[in-house]
Amino acid sequence: MKLPLSWLAEWVDVGAGARTIGSRLTLAGFELEGVSQAAPPFSGVVIAEILSAARHPEADKLQVCSVAFGAAAPVQIVCGAANARAGLRVALATIGAVLPGDLGIKRARLRGVESFGMLCSAKELGLAETSDGILELPGDAPIGRDLREWLALDDEIIELNVTPNRGDAMSVRGVAREVAAVFGDGQTIAGPSLAGVPAVRDERRAVHLDWPQGAPRFAGRVIRGVDNMRASPLWLRERLRRAGQRAISPVVDVTNYVLLELGQPMHAYDLAKLRGDMHARAAREGESLVLLDGSAITLAADHLVIADDDGAVGLAGIMGGERTAVGAATVDVFLESAWFSPHVIAGRGRRHGLHTDASQRFERGVDPAGQVEAIERATALLTLIAGGQPGPTQLIERSEFLPVRTPVRLRRARLSRLLGQTPADAAVEGHLRALGMTVARSADGWEATPPGYRFDISIEADLIEEVARLQGFDAIAEAPLRAAQRIAAPPSCEPDEARALELLAARGYHEAINYSFVDAALQSQLFPDAAAVALANPIASDLAVMRVSLWPGLLRALRENQRRQQERVRLIEHGSVFLVEGGATREVDMLAGVASGTRAPEQWGSTKSPVDFHDVKGDIEALLATTGDSTDIEYLAGASTCLHPGRSATIVRGGRRVGSLGELHPELVRALDLTYVPVLFELEFAALAAQTPRFREVSRFPHVRRDLAILVDESTPLSAIRERVTLAGSSLLRDLVVFDEYRGPGVESGLKSVALGLIFQDNSRTLTDDDTDRIVAAIIADLSGALHAKIRE
Amino acid sequence: MSDLAGLTEQARAAIGASDDLSSLDAVRVHWLGKKGVLTEELKALGKLPAAERPAAGQRINEVKAAVQAAIESRREALESAAVALALEAGRIDVTLPGRGEHRGTLHPITLARQRIERLFRNAGFAVETGPEIEDDFHNFAALNIPPDHPARAMHDTFYFPDGRVLRTHTSPVQVRTMLSQKPPLALIAPGRVYRWDNDLTHSPMFHQVEGLVVGEDVSFANMKAALHEFMQGFFERDLALRLRPSYFPFTEPSAEVDISCVFCEGQGCRVCKHTGWLEVAGCGMVHPNVFTACGIDAERWTGYAFGFGIERLAMLRYGVNDLRLFFDNDLRFLRQFTSA
Repeated sequence: MKLPLSWLAEWVDVGAGARTIGSRLTLAGFELEGVSQAAPPFSGVVIAEILSAARHPEADKLQVCSVAFGAAAPVQIVCGAANARAGLRVALATIGAVLPGDLGIKRARLRGVESFGMLCSAKELGLAETSDGILELPGDAPIGRDLREWLALDDEIIELNVTPNRGDAMSVRGVAREVAAVFGDGQTIAGPSLAGVPAVRDERRAVHLDWPQGAPRFAGRVIRGVDNMRASPLWLRERLRRAGQRAISPVVDVTNYVLLELGQPMHAYDLAKLRGDMHARAAREGESLVLLDGSAITLAADHLVIADDDGAVGLAGIMGGERTAVGAATVDVFLESAWFSPHVIAGRGRRHGLHTDASQRFERGVDPAGQVEAIERATALLTLIAGGQPGPTQLIERSEFLPVRTPVRLRRARLSRLLGQTPADAAVEGHLRALGMTVARSADGWEATPPGYRFDISIEADLIEEVARLQGFDAIAEAPLRAAQRIAAPPSCEPDEARALELLAARGYHEAINYSFVDAALQSQLFPDAAAVALANPIASDLAVMRVSLWPGLLRALRENQRRQQERVRLIEHGSVFLVEGGATREVDMLAGVASGTRAPEQWGSTKSPVDFHDVKGDIEALLATTGDSTDIEYLAGASTCLHPGRSATIVRGGRRVGSLGELHPELVRALDLTYVPVLFELEFAALAAQTPRFREVSRFPHVRRDLAILVDESTPLSAIRERVTLAGSSLLRDLVVFDEYRGPGVESGLKSVALGLIFQDNSRTLTDDDTDRIVAAIIADLSGALHAKIRE
Repeated sequence: MSDLAGLTEQARAAIGASDDLSSLDAVRVHWLGKKGVLTEELKALGKLPAAERPAAGQRINEVKAAVQAAIESRREALESAAVALALEAGRIDVTLPGRGEHRGTLHPITLARQRIERLFRNAGFAVETGPEIEDDFHNFAALNIPPDHPARAMHDTFYFPDGRVLRTHTSPVQVRTMLSQKPPLALIAPGRVYRWDNDLTHSPMFHQVEGLVVGEDVSFANMKAALHEFMQGFFERDLALRLRPSYFPFTEPSAEVDISCVFCEGQGCRVCKHTGWLEVAGCGMVHPNVFTACGIDAERWTGYAFGFGIERLAMLRYGVNDLRLFFDNDLRFLRQFTSA
């Protein structure tokens, strides 16, 4: 909220600058967002009067003016503005003046005619974004006065952030109340007179409160004979401008002014356009309304509207309707200053994308006692600046539906316990009273009744906050909590994220973090059959669905890095995926990666070869090895359709599918325009649950190694060979290594040669050649029988 | 008998002339072999008169020993020269880079989060997690944010058609923990959160750490101390901490947490917009309505809660100047974070 210091000073004057007030308010909960100046620096501009204006002899659009500004003789000024005319009071930049933007004013010759200064527009003085012609000053502006001084342009504008609980502080008066309380010393607020303006006509408009729970109080007033064609006076326009509002017409400006000053939203209807009685009622389901901004909305039954005989004329407390809007031609108006319950305003504007000054205040809570004074203030201002004959102020209310402030208990002990500090009784009472509360002592503390405008105080904690806030949070000394020592060791079987990520980082992967929502097109390219959860309001079309895998994000990151000339990319990510299963969403914690480019970083002594399935499988094996026992892990050929069918595997642990890995399908490599074939993996993070290591006896006797080359059908997986060898190898087989796999010349087509290193050992004796021969023979026999293997000589 | 002195001279010359082990061996055979010159001399002793034999024999043996010694010493010299040569030939460039995988990195957000978790774990906090797709109750209602509450506008929320939301903060984890565990509690909840906002200083997804401490006498003063210690621990320096009153529906009193600027030590600079302060967190005493919604007796228990963005802390700790870098996953950025 923007607040000119000069306006604030009219209500409370603490003799401090904007920065000081701002920093005190910051420490009281109203954050200072900035201080700006009412006008940019300029000098040498005085109030002057155009004595005569004649057409320039050489130029149609220029006028030669004689201008008086109090000093010596009038000066000659050449001016291009159409509104320059005799008798007008204007802002004259005299010779030597410096205008915003460091523009120096010198004697000039325009088309042969000398000019001794410049008549300024509001824009040239930094007082408006745009302007049409020169600035017109009122007829009583004192000729010769410095304009800056006369308009008090050395005013500072305070910009404050008002939190949503403090609707009461969204006005000059509201902030003034806070300033007075914060600066203390019994400061009180003053302000302009809010006395009643007597009626000069006896005319009323009937108002019916058809939904008194939503609109229990409505003040209205008829004012006839207003001149809404003229512009509001400069002082009022300046105030509005400094508060961030644009001046429109006297009627609109006055209602805006009162809202800014008192915090009471108001609305003015063009009386000539109202039909019959006014009603504050619930909208009819499906009823339509065209708003001031021209937008048409369809109403629901929980909307509060103001209506006449012809239907809704405004969305109460949010925005008026177009049909009864005030325009330049408006002569007679009906003013509304009502109290609407926050419950019937909150959220309604947002449904239609409406966020207005009025709705902001009503949904936070407006002072239920402020309607009449607002209408009096508006009447006084309007009749002052635009004339008109007011009728009597009408007040229609159902007071039983107005909020009632009840005393709130504050226990001394609770205050100390919550703050960890004990403020003095006098200080507690002083702070609460400074905030306008009625305070009474009770046996264990106080009973405080907040003023009607404070909608944020209803429980003890609210009072504690007020006391703490006004005494300053700085006054509460830090006190470390002394809790009983508890050692809560995490179970060792829980997957250790740091360890897993660290292992992969040591193997060359860089951790990425991608958004959890991805491009639906890319995701369905990869997983055409997977259902995904779609956002109702995505922030971008390519971030519209929740990811079902970490691969879409990683592939996108791979592609971006490829675009940045990164040849070798190894990325991992740890995060949730969102699977749709039987209509429900299941979040699964996943760890995934992509490797692309060469197997190893380019190096002077190593050959370059592309990364392949088994490189990445090695990474996964290392990762799973951190879990202790990895004997229950299987790799089954084939996985997702987005992978190469012959170069992909499903990872199974304990009989359950926990992940997959493989080369990206060649068609996708092409479709995604990737230079190298990436190898992907994805693993449920829970599969990294670890077991505590168990010690096994180490044999004191030497081991024996026998190498065996066998020919088997090309399609026989190692897992099948391993299963047979393990079965036939007895408990003496300690290890099996594959040191070669070959197919090609020398090996019959359809077969492959697999070279196995078999390692045998006993814990109780040294194995003899006979022992080993016997086992190897058994293994060979088994392999021949079960797998039709032939021994290769 | 030949001229032994002359022979000795000849032998020495031949030994000295041998410049490798094989020619030296040939010299040995020539002089000391079975048919070598000196061996032949010994064989010829028999032709001498018996009285001269012992003396002549002794002389020949002396010469033989001298030649033998000369050969040995030459062998040693040649061998060590050969080793020196081999070492010289085996010289490598030790400044060439080593072989094998280059080290990868953890994401700076992860590094910062691990640091935060470690600091709080050391202080006895548990680390809790929860789902990212939440229902209205856990994300809003239980946190004292009823429907149509103006505070909902503070949370630009991502919705799903069925009314569920992407959590706007990790506070729902607080709610879940309070519903499933009994106080006293001390926990943090790190994780991804989502807000409908995307500009220079906001990303639609970011990371938050929520903290909650509930006990029988947990106070605002305790909260202030914990946050101050944490911030000093995180940034590894003394810094000033300031709490400013603010508003959050789920805490009362509520405060914004400022620390003295870590770039200018509070003197005022571009990063702190010349205020000397950096806003880094929000905090407050748990609102009684939140306790009640979670089935905790708000009279018996008190507690504090706080929340901050990991991105913000990571940017300050590592000097990262653009939020969007965290989600670009540019290897040239990621590679910089080899240490923590």
